[in-house]
Amino acid sequence: MAMSRGMVVIGAGECGARAALALRENGYDGPITLIGEEPHLPYERPPLSKEAIAGAEAPEIKAVAAGERLAESRIDHLSGKTVVAIDRPARTVTLAGGETVPYDKLLLATGAVPRRLPLTGSGEQMAYLRTFDDALAIRTRLAPGIRVAIVGGGFIGLELAASARKRGAAVTVIEAQPRILMRGVPKEIASVVHAEHERQGVHILSGVQIVGWGERNGRAQIIVDGGTTVGDIARGGTVEADLVVVGIGAAPVTALAESAGLTVDNGIAVDSRLRTSDENIFAAGDCCSFPMTLYGGRRVRLEAWRNAQEQGALAARNMLGAELEHTAVPWFWSDQYDFSLQIAGLADGGSSVVRRDLGAGAFILFHIAADGRLLSASGIGPGNAVARDIRLAEMLIARQARPDPSELASSDVKLKTLLAA
Amino acid sequence: VTDWIEACGADDIDEEDVIRFDHDGRSFAVYRSPDDEYFATDGLCTHEKVHLADGLVMGDIIECPKHNGRFNYKTGAAKGAPVCVNLRTYPVKVEAGKVFLQIA
Repeated sequence: MAMSRGMVVIGAGECGARAALALRENGYDGPITLIGEEPHLPYERPPLSKEAIAGAEAPEIKAVAAGERLAESRIDHLSGKTVVAIDRPARTVTLAGGETVPYDKLLLATGAVPRRLPLTGSGEQMAYLRTFDDALAIRTRLAPGIRVAIVGGGFIGLELAASARKRGAAVTVIEAQPRILMRGVPKEIASVVHAEHERQGVHILSGVQIVGWGERNGRAQIIVDGGTTVGDIARGGTVEADLVVVGIGAAPVTALAESAGLTVDNGIAVDSRLRTSDENIFAAGDCCSFPMTLYGGRRVRLEAWRNAQEQGALAARNMLGAELEHTAVPWFWSDQYDFSLQIAGLADGGSSVVRRDLGAGAFILFHIAADGRLLSASGIGPGNAVARDIRLAEMLIARQARPDPSELASSDVKLKTLLAA
Repeated sequence: VTDWIEACGADDIDEEDVIRFDHDGRSFAVYRSPDDEYFATDGLCTHEKVHLADGLVMGDIIECPKHNGRFNYKTGAAKGAPVCVNLRTYPVKVEAGKVFLQIA
């Protein structure tokens, strides 16, 4: 197969950058073009809600690959460029300036953007977090004693709450669901997170709807209703804030794919080899939905750093003809204060739950299917106390193992010995 | 003039496992391989400064507990994304049931 036109990757985040590097690492010798809208080198996003906000020093970009590495790998990184169209018959992409770039295979790694709060007249106090520049903007507005409201008790919101507390701000989290971390995190683990935030002085209002928004003396006035958990704010009251950060999830960036006529289904729809409805176009990372072979082919979309990395690398190999299925067990982590939470697998199924206590308050919950298969492991504890067992659980999940629940529960039994079984 | 520093007892580390050893403001990871040899590296992953002693040892490989960066702990070699900087390794000897590191 003559591959003279080149490989094009749209989106220069974790996923796109990993894919571009992997194309070269896997022996591809033709032109590689990596196109991103941001002005920066490809960079890692996980620190943006953590050290970039909480750290004493002004943050710097943590590059996925330094400029020299991109140059050595002969990756043409077009930064600050927007792709406006894909011409599938001609196999070219068109940039905003009218320039076209030809491709043999194209990867869409367009990521996701924060969901907007559907409020009109939102004031200048409102901020979203996705990019390094967003993090800098939030960081400069944080100061000891200012009042911060965080809309959304998911990972971004809670990590931001922890970071803002470290910077001395007064923090209120407003969550519409009955509890924080409703999506994909077991209740027992969410309770530990909740308690730690309260201990650190964060007010969490859960089951609370935002019904209005105003501004007074330069402060946002968020009118809330229906509260069941009340900090210093009366039910149906007003939350005042100098800064409001909204973290209510992210929407996949699919407009380009849609206008090119590709199938979109909660993200750009790909098969288990990350191929879209066009055989020359792949999609990976936050922007795509894919069938998860380990969980009965259920179509999911994952917004996670490791998924972005793994799918980027796998898509690159498949662009080169490898025809590999994506079978990785989903995994993610969150750091808040001195706690770290890790989850391997999808933690929303199963017919029974087994708890393993690791000491110092650290514990893991294993979700087990009716047929005995291990489906997921969710752990929380100080530092990286749960990391090793979660990693071993991830391997057990990948093998579709049916470990003895009593052995999972006993911290005297090393999980590594179950792997050998 | 390189001193051997006692790090731990040989039995303090299980086979195919790792423990943390701190000395003089520095932190190390000390390994026992599946074939019962001992090794030592810097304690912190070169990617995000996470301590490797919380990671998983599989064969010759130590995996960072946070981001799955992988190193060969016998040579310090980084084994692919997200890590690209090798780990520093240190000479180790076992005498009279004790593990010693040469960390000059």
